[in-house]
Amino acid sequence: MKRFTCDELAEQLTAYLDDALDQPTRAGVRAHLSGCEGCARFLDQFRATVRALGDQPPEKLSAPVRDRLMSAFRERHP
Amino acid sequence: MGSFEGGGLPPDDIVVSALRAGDEEMFAALLDTWSRGMLRVARSYVSTDHSAEEVVQDTWLAVIDGIGAFEARSSIKTWVYRILVNTAKKRGVRESRTLPWSAFERDGAPPREFGPSPDGRVGAVAAWPTPEGEALAAEVRALIAEALGRLPPRQRVVISLRDVEGCTSEEVCEILEISPANQRVLLHRARTAVRGWLAGYYEAVKQPE
Ligand SMILES: [Zn+2]
Repeated sequence: MKRFTCDELAEQLTAYLDDALDQPTRAGVRAHLSGCEGCARFLDQFRATVRALGDQPPEKLSAPVRDRLMSAFRERHP
Repeated sequence: MGSFEGGGLPPDDIVVSALRAGDEEMFAALLDTWSRGMLRVARSYVSTDHSAEEVVQDTWLAVIDGIGAFEARSSIKTWVYRILVNTAKKRGVRESRTLPWSAFERDGAPPREFGPSPDGRVGAVAAWPTPEGEALAAEVRALIAEALGRLPPRQRVVISLRDVEGCTSEEVCEILEISPANQRVLLHRARTAVRGWLAGYYEAVKQPE
């Protein structure tokens, strides 16, 4: 199992959340998180950030552009 | 053919043959499902909303022209997004917003204000309120939109695809032609920066105890 300082741990979080760490590294991250309240909370905030990013309002093509593309598609397949 | 609203798109081979056969409903479904993410990605390369929409329009025109020759070496979504990125890059160069992808290391990591406080207490990292109120949620949404605009372009593209639009890391690597390690570094820096801005915001709105 790997050991981490708090700073080193924070650098692993995206890989940890992507499940891209090897087994000893992942075990080290888990062990650190279970014993370090600050890093556990940092991970919560990191997750909350990812959730907030997923909450952006959807963008939309304007109606004229969408119409133009639909007619371009139609013209290709008369 | 039924509506795709609410559900996912059918498998690629069905999508491709429908497009080749001129199935308008299928084309409309793709247009409505992918254009939102495409607009967001285009905006990372070009300077105005108008240019971003033109990039997306040109991409779909290229898709209409090229679908007959699509060879399924990648997923159709990746193929469409790669056309988008190439179109946006060319346009970005004309607008002289160039993205030296090879030099991604230059997007320095923002300073981290986190760590155990010198006296060993953990209070340095405060708990965040849950954004239950609609007013707070709207403010957070606006702050995130602003934060995305402030990120270095390469970080912005990656975090937009992954966290805003929900692409997988494999898709992002294929679309941007970067390694998984590069993808993760860019995503991590972007998330760290956005978290820092959010933390600053929550600190500022915190009720005095
Ligand atoms: Zn720690």
